[in-house]
Amino acid sequence: SLCSQQMLLEKERRVKANAWDYNDRFSYADNRIKTSKYNIFTFLPINLFEQFQRVANAYFSVLLILQLIPEISSLSWFTTIVPLVFVLVITAVKDATDDYFRYKSDQQVNNRQSQVLIRGSLQNEKWMNVRVGDIIKLENNQFVAADILLLCSSEPYGLCYVETAELDGETNLKVRQALTVTSDLGDISKLMDFDGEVICEPPNNKLDRFTGTLYWKGNKYPLDNEKMLLRGCVLRNTEWCFGMVIFAGSQTKLMQNCGRTKLKRTSIDKLMNTLVLWIFAFLICMGVVLAIGHTIWETYVGTNFRVFLPWDTFQISAVFSGFLTFWSYIIILNTVVPISLYVSVEVLRLGHSYFINWDRKMYHSPMGTAAEARTTTLNEELGQVEFIFSDKTGTLTQNIMVFSKCSINGQMYAGAFMCPQKTACVDFSFNPLCDRRFKFFDSSLVEAIKMEDPAVQEFFRLLALCHTVMPEEKSEGNLVYQAQSPDEGALVTAARNFGFVFRARTPETVTLCEMGRTVTYQLLAILDFNNVRKRMSVIVRSPEGQIKLYSKGADTIIFERLDPSSENLMYTTSEHLSEFAGEGLRTLALAYKDLDEDYFKVWMKRLLFASTVIENREDQLAVLYDEIELGMKLLGATAIEDKLQEGVPETIACLNLADIKIWVLTGDKLETAMNIGYSCNMLRDDMNEVFVISGHSLQDVQQQLRSAKEHILGLSRVSSAGHVEKTDAFADDSVFEEAIIAEYALVINGHSLAHVLEPQLEHILLDLACLCKTVICCRVTPMQKAQVVELVKRHKRAVTLAIGDGANDVSMIKTAHIGVGISGQEGMQAVLASDYSFAQFRYLQRLLLVHGRWSYFRMCNFLGYFFYKNFAFTLVHFWYGFFCGFSAQIGLDTHYWTAVNHLFIWGSLMVYFAILFAMQSDGLFGIFPSSFPFIGTARNCLSEKSVWLVVLLTTVVCVMPGLVVRFLRVDLFPTLTDKVRRLQQSRKKQGPQEQNLRRVRRTSSRRSAYAFSHQQGFGELITSGKNIRRSTVSSLCSPERIAQSHSSSWIENMLKRKNEVSCASPESEGGAPKSGNRAIQTRSKKSTQTELDI
Amino acid sequence: MGKVKGKPGPLARRPDNSAFKQQRLPAWSPMLTANTVLPFFYFMALICLLLGVWLLLTVQNTQEMKLDYTEAETCNKCFEMRKNVSNANETCICTVNFRIDKPFEGDVFFYYGLRNFHQNLRRYMDSRDDGQTVGRKKNLKDPSSYCEPFLKDPSGRPIAPCGAVANSIFNDSFTLRYHYSNGIGEVPLLREGLTWYTDKYIKFRNPTTDNLTLAQVFEGTAPPPYWQKPVYKLDPSNPMNNGFINDDFIVWMREAAFPNFKKLYGILFRNDNPFTKGLPAGNYSIDISYNFPVQYFRGRKEVVLTTVTWFGGQNHFLPIAYLVTSSLILLTAVVLTVVWWKFGKDGKNMKE
Repeated sequence: SLCSQQMLLEKERRVKANAWDYNDRFSYADNRIKTSKYNIFTFLPINLFEQFQRVANAYFSVLLILQLIPEISSLSWFTTIVPLVFVLVITAVKDATDDYFRYKSDQQVNNRQSQVLIRGSLQNEKWMNVRVGDIIKLENNQFVAADILLLCSSEPYGLCYVETAELDGETNLKVRQALTVTSDLGDISKLMDFDGEVICEPPNNKLDRFTGTLYWKGNKYPLDNEKMLLRGCVLRNTEWCFGMVIFAGSQTKLMQNCGRTKLKRTSIDKLMNTLVLWIFAFLICMGVVLAIGHTIWETYVGTNFRVFLPWDTFQISAVFSGFLTFWSYIIILNTVVPISLYVSVEVLRLGHSYFINWDRKMYHSPMGTAAEARTTTLNEELGQVEFIFSDKTGTLTQNIMVFSKCSINGQMYAGAFMCPQKTACVDFSFNPLCDRRFKFFDSSLVEAIKMEDPAVQEFFRLLALCHTVMPEEKSEGNLVYQAQSPDEGALVTAARNFGFVFRARTPETVTLCEMGRTVTYQLLAILDFNNVRKRMSVIVRSPEGQIKLYSKGADTIIFERLDPSSENLMYTTSEHLSEFAGEGLRTLALAYKDLDEDYFKVWMKRLLFASTVIENREDQLAVLYDEIELGMKLLGATAIEDKLQEGVPETIACLNLADIKIWVLTGDKLETAMNIGYSCNMLRDDMNEVFVISGHSLQDVQQQLRSAKEHILGLSRVSSAGHVEKTDAFADDSVFEEAIIAEYALVINGHSLAHVLEPQLEHILLDLACLCKTVICCRVTPMQKAQVVELVKRHKRAVTLAIGDGANDVSMIKTAHIGVGISGQEGMQAVLASDYSFAQFRYLQRLLLVHGRWSYFRMCNFLGYFFYKNFAFTLVHFWYGFFCGFSAQIGLDTHYWTAVNHLFIWGSLMVYFAILFAMQSDGLFGIFPSSFPFIGTARNCLSEKSVWLVVLLTTVVCVMPGLVVRFLRVDLFPTLTDKVRRLQQSRKKQGPQEQNLRRVRRTSSRRSAYAFSHQQGFGELITSGKNIRRSTVSSLCSPERIAQSHSSSWIENMLKRKNEVSCASPESEGGAPKSGNRAIQTRSKKSTQTELDI
Repeated sequence: MGKVKGKPGPLARRPDNSAFKQQRLPAWSPMLTANTVLPFFYFMALICLLLGVWLLLTVQNTQEMKLDYTEAETCNKCFEMRKNVSNANETCICTVNFRIDKPFEGDVFFYYGLRNFHQNLRRYMDSRDDGQTVGRKKNLKDPSSYCEPFLKDPSGRPIAPCGAVANSIFNDSFTLRYHYSNGIGEVPLLREGLTWYTDKYIKFRNPTTDNLTLAQVFEGTAPPPYWQKPVYKLDPSNPMNNGFINDDFIVWMREAAFPNFKKLYGILFRNDNPFTKGLPAGNYSIDISYNFPVQYFRGRKEVVLTTVTWFGGQNHFLPIAYLVTSSLILLTAVVLTVVWWKFGKDGKNMKE
């Protein structure tokens, strides 16, 4: 809270480089993070204070005080203090260990080393000692220690690459670039003299926004998010970089995005609290009744008895005596308020947690990770989950792209894709440069390669040439590809394994190793990808001097631009594509074109001209690209599997059957998210409608939500009235069925979500979302994830569960009633914040439907019996009060029984008798005659036969009514479970039968997902040569660099284009490609967004 | 993602495959079908019926005689006399007569009973010192403060046994006489062995004597104010039955749970004729040394003679409860059968 106060105060932030004194004036947070609550000295007071805030403990201590007053004490004080101390100690130990682990992990992070520029030299400092205004050096693959402003890097032009998986879950590399003025500060003396001052926004949680200004040498330079490296990012492909710390520690954007840890309570807890309050009221009532009874008895009967039992001196009147009796009875009857319940429930939950930890069916053997219940208090809530909020990358998918099938020249190469274990992998041993992790299951393709089938060769040549991947050859033959998206990496890796190894690139050349033969192609142009074009092409000159254009892209786009001669091939390929799509694969069509030398020269000139104009350069380029990419010849198609985790569609289907709503909240792009939605069966083609909300303004979004809702309601209202126009395939179905069958899905884009979460739209969103089977939110920031969860939590009164694997899911995991972390991947933040963790999404099914259900059942049964037991043995005293003159005498010796209850749940009867005999044993009595006056009672009573007869009778009388009710319920109103069990029983009698498992069928709509999800690549970077290391460039680059002028202006181009786009974005919707699907329509709007992101 | 089975590393963390940890322990969760439930109900009805009938027959065989002597016959004058506290030290002996028509066969127990006497008040029950009665010398001289106001006598001597319970001991004594055809003879009663073993030998002990007489041990203590004789002279006939281990004292000190109770006074000594088989039919009288005042709390005093069965004294509650339960179960069983026959028989509820 201190932090937030400070945040409120801070209007803007001023940071001066290398000026501690100056920065210290503002007392910014240092880089130490602290998530632990206590230290050694504060632990006891704070923890005890917290514990006594619990009703139960407070109640217990009040009781204890009452029992210390001898006049009203009817039970000895240790009956209360033993359980109280027990509870306090157990809880304190648990809190302490939890906090200790938090402290350890804080320490681990705080003690990471980073290099800080101090007094003219680089010194190793712990992270926690890094201060705002420091200049620090980062090296490749290091975590960024704080939010820093990038000053310069080892790469040309102050470029550097970061992976932001911890922040937004995206694993592709992002480019950051330093200001031009600072990018040459590459050595320490220059950095020492750097005294720029940054004035920027106060700390906030917006990951994608930063505004500030750098004042240096009398000039102002605007700063934006592209110049910032945020804490949690990892530096990649960059040898080193320098940066200036702007936000540190708890004020970094990552930490600001971590929601506060709240104590999670289950609904059973809440129910218990209300019950306890009611029971407490009941206790007071009993006390009052008995006190009144005592007063009356004392007045009419007790007075006569004073010969044998004189009043104590303080007993002034019968009324006062009654008042004392009230308190005595509060003590005696205290067991009716089930305080031990809290302990017992905790123990029970702990047991359940162990069952979860022990479950072999949630053990993932490849990773060696078992499920772990990190919070032990939420088990029964698992059975009540109604909403699941899932991350996509790493949770639903493995984030591995696999080249799994292809169609070349009308021939499909697929292998036994569905059952890989049965077919042997293709042997790539002929190829020394192959990637051993790559697997393919159709050896006929290798045969075709070896036969030197020209179409196949051309196919893989295309894959090896047409991309923007950067190769890195660490040692001879050990190639690592840095791909901008995993899809591209998969394609290039495939080509590599089939003998077309992409080995090196310079701005003008691409070097392949074709079947062992090194071939260098001259790279003439890259016609890069964008979201409107949905394709990319390269134009290369082969060593033979032939100019070729290779193109890959979305099938619909490529098919439009084919040469008529490819028509037959197009139909076959199209069929194959449908088949691929039916299996949930992401498809691409490949085509090539031979270019005429003269034609190309003319075209190239026009291109160069177009790229220098300032007005409408984008459009002019696009026209040129369109022109040359016509009349291509189809080569084939690829199918990439965005590998879902095992069993995801089945799990989702199963959870859907259980009426659990699954929302996918992902930082990914709309198209990727929708594609995954399709492949894991959340979105289907037979759904009535998929609404896509992607408005940019509040009005737009409101309008879209309204119309969607009206669409659903209108349709069902009309159909229920029976006047529906029979227009679609379902027309023949009965009206009633139609209403049920109607399935809708809702897809919301990130920028729309910001509006949707505003108070005036919340309700309409919720209404709409709950009418839909599936909800997908894309481009969601971590905080928005939490807000969505919070929204549902607040308005739906439903139990929510959030599941994710990355740091970007932490806030959502913390907000939801139950947070689940996927363990075993890199990055443990999600797991550390979660309540449950396991290795695979599919275990969610078992966690919810088996463990959750069992825990809930057991807990409910337990509570039932517990209350029954408490009432049974407490009400005896109430009843007995009527016989003993309401004098608060206990009729039975039960108080140790309460103590026993705190310790043992199970086997209570056995323990009861053991303790009974022990307590009433000769030995104990010999030591404390006054404390154990019940000696011999048990032995003598239990030897009475009538006691056992009464026990028998009571059992019979108690059991029979319950049995009757249950039997009648099963017989007359059987539940689904009963029916299933009946069925199982009759099955068992009939002998084993085949179970017909319903296979989850994927639907088949063709989606060229790669093309949609891809973003603009490094094409311009490559041709400009900027991202090629200087050393490499100097050795490889040829003297005649035709694109020199073009490349130097790259950065300016980028900036300009950005400005254009951001200005044009509201109107830029006109150029939407024709398409029947709503989802596609939004893509044009989307495109502007993606460009901003690069 | 190659399988790495066989490697000991990852598998080391695999949970055990035990039935308990995998929650595969055999569990019985009966399916309540008509085939099982209905026979069970009839069976239980039968069992309860048989038990009830058996218990009833047993109870019918026991015999019990209750005689309220508070103001009966000559005791009337004693009752009046005890109303006045100043007469507390005067003895008063009265006699009541009764007749037994059917002989009491077997062991016969002689009880005294009190009605409306609250031995179960909390402060009353607390008003004792178990440390003293178990023979601790320290407690003998310095009893627990719970005994207030019967802790010390006015001269400051500790009271032994202290407390309200001991002080209010029932001090009537009885002599049962049988009217033979040729005169009246005493019926021999065993006045020992009335207590639980644990009480007599563990819970109540006299302070260790060390060659001292009991009287010397108790020197320096005062008897409870209502007592006529000190605790070491309770039984003049048997020196071993004095002090805290006196049977009558122990019986009294085991407080009754309810305001109406009876306590064992003696057991018929069946050594000599005509009592070898129990109490023969005939006329009896009881000579009562009438000491215990009950008029203060509107109480009643009675004597009870009873035989016992294997499950205790005369107790009509159990057989009747069993019979009622049996008939209720039978009724339920019939209703269930009808309901099942009418609605649930063909199992159509079980269908989807």
